[in-house]
Amino acid sequence: MTQKLIIIGAGMATGRALEHLLEADPGAYDVTLFNAEPRGNYNRIMLSPVLAGDKSYDEIVIHDADWYEANGVTCRFGERIAKIDRDARTVTAENGDVLSYDKLLFGTGSNPFMIPLPGHDLKGVIAYRDLEDTETMMGMGPDSKVVVIGGGLLGLEAAAGMAARGADVTVVHIMGHLMERQLDEAAGYLLRKALTDKGITVRCQANSKEILGEDGHVKALLLDDGTELPCDLLVMAVGIRPNTALAAEAGIAVGRGIHVDDHMVTSDADILAVGECVEHDGALFGLVAPLYDQAKVVAKTLLGEQAAFAQKELSTKLKVTGCDLFSAGDFAEGEGREDIVFRDPGRGVYRRLVIEDNKVIGAVMYGDTADSNWFFGLIRDKTDIADMRDTLIFGPAYQGGTPLDPLAAVAALPRDAEICGCNGICKGTIEDAIAAGATDLGAVRAVTKASASCGTCTGLVEQVLAVSLGDDFVIPAAQGMCGCTDLSHEDVRRMIKLQGLKSMDAVWQECAWKTRDGCAVCRPALNFYLLADWPLDYTDDPQSRFINERKHANIQKDGTFSVVPRMWGGITTPDELRAIADAAEKYKVPTVKVTGGQRIDLLGVKSEDLPGIWSDLNNAGMVSGHAYSKGLRTVKTCVGTDHCRFGTQDSTGLGIKLEKTLWGSWTPHKLKLAVSGCPRNCAEATCKDIGVVCVDSGYQISIGGAAGMDVRETELLCQVPTEDEVIDVIKAVTQAYRENAKYLDRIYKWMGKVGMDWIKEQVVENLESRAALVARFDLSQTIYRKDPWAEHAAKKSERYQPLANLTLEAAE
Amino acid sequence: MSDWIDIAALEDVPQRGARVVKTQLGCVAVFRTGTDQVYALDNACPHKKGPLAEGIVHGSSVTCPLHNWVISLETGMVQGNDEGQVATYPAQVVDGRILLDPAFLRARSAA
Ligand code: SRM
Ligand SMILES: Cc1cc2nc3c(=O)[nH]c(=O)nc-3n(C[C@H](O)[C@H](O)[C@H](O)COP(=O)(O)OP(=O)(O)OC[C@H]3O[C@@H](n4cnc5c(N)ncnc54)[C@H](O)[C@@H]3O)c2cc1C
Ligand code: SF4
Ligand code: FES
Repeated sequence: MTQKLIIIGAGMATGRALEHLLEADPGAYDVTLFNAEPRGNYNRIMLSPVLAGDKSYDEIVIHDADWYEANGVTCRFGERIAKIDRDARTVTAENGDVLSYDKLLFGTGSNPFMIPLPGHDLKGVIAYRDLEDTETMMGMGPDSKVVVIGGGLLGLEAAAGMAARGADVTVVHIMGHLMERQLDEAAGYLLRKALTDKGITVRCQANSKEILGEDGHVKALLLDDGTELPCDLLVMAVGIRPNTALAAEAGIAVGRGIHVDDHMVTSDADILAVGECVEHDGALFGLVAPLYDQAKVVAKTLLGEQAAFAQKELSTKLKVTGCDLFSAGDFAEGEGREDIVFRDPGRGVYRRLVIEDNKVIGAVMYGDTADSNWFFGLIRDKTDIADMRDTLIFGPAYQGGTPLDPLAAVAALPRDAEICGCNGICKGTIEDAIAAGATDLGAVRAVTKASASCGTCTGLVEQVLAVSLGDDFVIPAAQGMCGCTDLSHEDVRRMIKLQGLKSMDAVWQECAWKTRDGCAVCRPALNFYLLADWPLDYTDDPQSRFINERKHANIQKDGTFSVVPRMWGGITTPDELRAIADAAEKYKVPTVKVTGGQRIDLLGVKSEDLPGIWSDLNNAGMVSGHAYSKGLRTVKTCVGTDHCRFGTQDSTGLGIKLEKTLWGSWTPHKLKLAVSGCPRNCAEATCKDIGVVCVDSGYQISIGGAAGMDVRETELLCQVPTEDEVIDVIKAVTQAYRENAKYLDRIYKWMGKVGMDWIKEQVVENLESRAALVARFDLSQTIYRKDPWAEHAAKKSERYQPLANLTLEAAE
Repeated sequence: MSDWIDIAALEDVPQRGARVVKTQLGCVAVFRTGTDQVYALDNACPHKKGPLAEGIVHGSSVTCPLHNWVISLETGMVQGNDEGQVATYPAQVVDGRILLDPAFLRARSAA
C-alpha cells in the first residue's frame, strides 16, 4: 500500500528531495506538501537578482502548479502545520485539519534573526528572506532612504539591489570589515570600495542602539556613538536561526537545529529533516550546496536505501553585479600555514591562498574569480601543489607564470592622478610630455615641472617614465620601504595623498603590497603617514606602533619602563617635585635622573605600575612628556629676560607657549626645540630640530640642527618680530615636515632632500600656504593633543596587567 | 585533553598584539595575530631576553622590541640571519576563550 508522506515546508531542500524521490519511485508515497508561504518551491537565492531587477519572479519558480499536478503532489500552500502528535502519527494544520502520516519530513528552513533593539517591531523594519520582503524592498522609490543592518552576504545583496533601484542606502556593520566570515580584510576593503562606488554608504564598526519611529513607522536608526541615520525602511540581515519551534514542541531532539543522523533521520525514526532547519554533527547550514546533498540522502532513506550525508568544503560567492568575490576553505593563519598573496591594483584584483603541507586549504579572491572553480577543486581534492607552487597564484592558465609587476601600482593610476603635488602635475601631463619626446627625468622636469620643487615625487615620475617607455628607461635603483613593497617611502606617501588612501588595507592593496599585513618596518611608517594625512578619517593603530609609543613609556633593557613627566619649558614647582618624589618612593623607582632635556626621568618602572604612577602624576597636574615618541619632545629654554642680564626677550615664556602648542603632535621623527634669550644661546637652540634665538629686534627661527649621531648646526629660516608669528611659522614648518618627510627622517635629513628654499617658500614667503599649514596643524591637534597617560590610566589600565597569573597554580 | 587551562577571553588580547601570563618560571607571552590565531611563547628573546610580548606582530611573526630580531610565532625560530629559538607552548581558542595546555606548566616547573 502507498505510504503517506507529509512534508512541512516547500523550500529548496524539500523541493530537491521530492525530485529525487519521484524520479526513483513515483509511486512510493502519497505526498502532501504544506508551505507557510502562499506559493510552492522557488529559487530563494535568486531573490537578489529579482530585487536588482535582473530577473522576474516567474523566472525563478522551480516547481509550478503544473509540475505539482503532474506529479500528484497535494499542495497546501499558505498553510502552516500547527501541531504534531507523534504517538498518533498525525499533524494538525492551521485550519484544524488532522492528517495522518507514515513518514514526516521537516524542511522548515530558517527564521531571520531580528536584533531585539528598541523599536524592532515598528512598521518598515523587515528581514530579507522571502518574496514578500523582496517586494517590500522593490516598492521603495528612488527617493527613499534605506538602512541595512548587517554587512554579510544577504545584507549586501539587499543593499546593492535597492541601490540599483535608486534608493539612498547605508549599510551598518558591527565588525571592522564587510563579510568578515568569508573575507579577509584586504578583500573586505575592495568590496567596500566597489559598494561605495555604487553610491552605497558603508559604516563598519558601527553599533546599532535603537530604532526610532514616528506614528508606529520607522524613522531612523540611532547608533551608539549618537549618529542618527534617517530611513524609510530598515532591513535587518544579521543572521538566521534554524526554524525548530515545531520540532521542539513535538519533543524531537533539537539543539541549535533539529538533530539528524547521517541518514537525515531525527530522534524519531519516522520523522526526517533536511535543509537549514537541521543540525548535523554539530554543524548548521546556510548555503544550498550541502542542502542538495542532504536532499539526495533523504530521498534514498525514504526509499529504504542506504545513503549517508557527509559535510564538504563550501565556497561562497556574492551575487552583486560588479563585485566578483569568492572564498572557500579555511583562510586563517595558523601553525605551518603559509600565505601566497597577489595584488593587481590596476584591475582591483586580490588573491590569497593559504597553503598547508603543500595543499591549498583556503582561498580568498576578489576582482578576478574566473579561476575560482579550479582553486576550489584543489582545496576539495587536497591536491599536492608542490610542483606548481611558484606560479599557483596565477591560476591554471599561467603555469609558466607572469612575475609580479613592480610597476603595477603606478601603471594603474588614472591619467588625472596628481603625481606632483607642488606643481599640480597629473600623470597624463607627464605621459604627454614623454610622448612628445621628454624621455628622461631632466627633460620631464624641464617640460612639465613635475618633481622640480620638493622632489619627493621623483620616484613616481621615474616610474611613469618606465611604464611609458618600457625597456628604454632604466629606473635608478630606489630603495623600497621594506620587503613588503618596491615603492619608496616618498612614493607611498604620494600614493596615499593622490589616491586618498585612508586605511592600511587600502595602501596594501593599491600599492601592491607583497605581504598580507605588512611588517615591523612598514606598519609604523604607514600608521604615521595615514594619521598625519587624514587626521579625521584614520584611527591610530596602537598595534602598528613600537612598544614605546604603544605603552607611552620608554622600554628599558630589562623590560621595565621609564616615566618622564612634562615640565613645560623646563620650569617646575615645589609641588611637582614633591609629587615626583612621592611617586618615586611609592613605586620603588630605582633611579631618578635629571635628563638632558631639562626634566626628570623615573627609570625602572614595571609595566603593571605604569597606570598607577601616571594617575598619581596626573593628580599633581603633570602630563606625559612624550620622552618616548616620534613627536614633540621638549622645548628647552634659558632664563631670558626674567632673570638674565643679557636676555632680550622672554625666552622661557615663549618656550612654554611653544611646548603647550606643539605637545601631543606626532612627527616623522622626534622633534626637539629650544629658545635662547640671546645669541649666547644657553639653551643650545642652534643644535635642535627647530631653534629660536631671541635678539633685540625679534626672533631668529632656524631649523635642521641635531646633536645625536650627527651633530649639525641649524640654518636660518627667517627672522620675525612677534611671538605670535614665531608660533605660526613653527606650526607651519612642523606641519610641512609632518606632511612630506619620510618616516624616521629628522628635520635636517628632510631639509637635505627638499631643500631649504622649498621650505622657505611654503612657510615664510607664501603666506597663504603658511596659513593653510597652520590650519591643518591645528585641526590635527584637536584630535591628537591629549594626555595619553590620563587616557590609558582611565581606559586601558587593564592592558598593562598580566593576562593571567599562574604562579600559584604552578606551585601546586 | 579536557583539562586545558582557561586563561582569558580572546578579546582580552588585541589583534596583532600580545599579553603576558605570569608563571613561577617567568612570563609566557600569549600572541593573537591579525587572523585570530593564538600562540604562546616564552616572553624572552633569544638575543638579550627582550620582552617579546611588547613587539610588533605581523603575519605570524613578532619583531622583538629591543633590537628587532624577528621570531616565528609558530616555531619559535629566529628568522633571517640571526639564530636562536624560543620555547613555544600549545595554545588554542575554544568558544572565544584562550586555553593553554597544562603540560606547558609542568614542563616549565620541571625546567
Ligand atoms: C633620558 C635621556 C638621556 C638623559 O638621561 O639625559 C635620553 C635617553 C634616550 N635617548 Fe636620547 N635621551 C635624552 C636626550 C637626548 C639628547 C639631548 C637633548 O635632547 O638635548 C640628544 C641629542 C640631541 C638630538 O636629539 O639631536 C639625544 C639623542 C638621541 C638619539 C640620536 C638621535 C639622532 O637623530 O641622531 C637617540 C636615538 C634615536 O632617537 O633614534 C636617542 C634615544 C634615546 C633613548 C630613547 C634610546 C631608546 O630608544 O631606548 C634613550 C631612552 C632612555 C630611557 O630608557 O629612558 N637619543 N638624546 C634624555 C631625555 C631628554 C628628555 O627629557 O626627553
Ligand atoms: C536573499 C537570499 C539569497 C541567498 N543567496 C544564496 C546563495 O547565493 N547561495 C546559497 O547557497 N544560498 C543562498 N541563500 C540561502 C538559501 O536560499 C537557503 O539555504 C535555502 O533556501 C534553504 O532551503 P530550505 O529548504 O532549508 O529552507 P527554505 O527555502 O527557507 O524553505 C523553508 C520553507 O518552510 C516553510 N515553513 C516553515 N515553517 C513551516 C510550517 N510550520 N508549516 C509549513 N511551512 C513552513 C517556510 O515558509 C519556507 O517556505 C540565500 C537566501 C536568501 C534569503
Ligand atoms: S646616549 Fe642615550 S641612547 Fe645611548 S646609552 Fe645613553 S641614554 Fe641610551
Ligand atoms: S633582545 Fe630581542 S632582539 Fe635583542
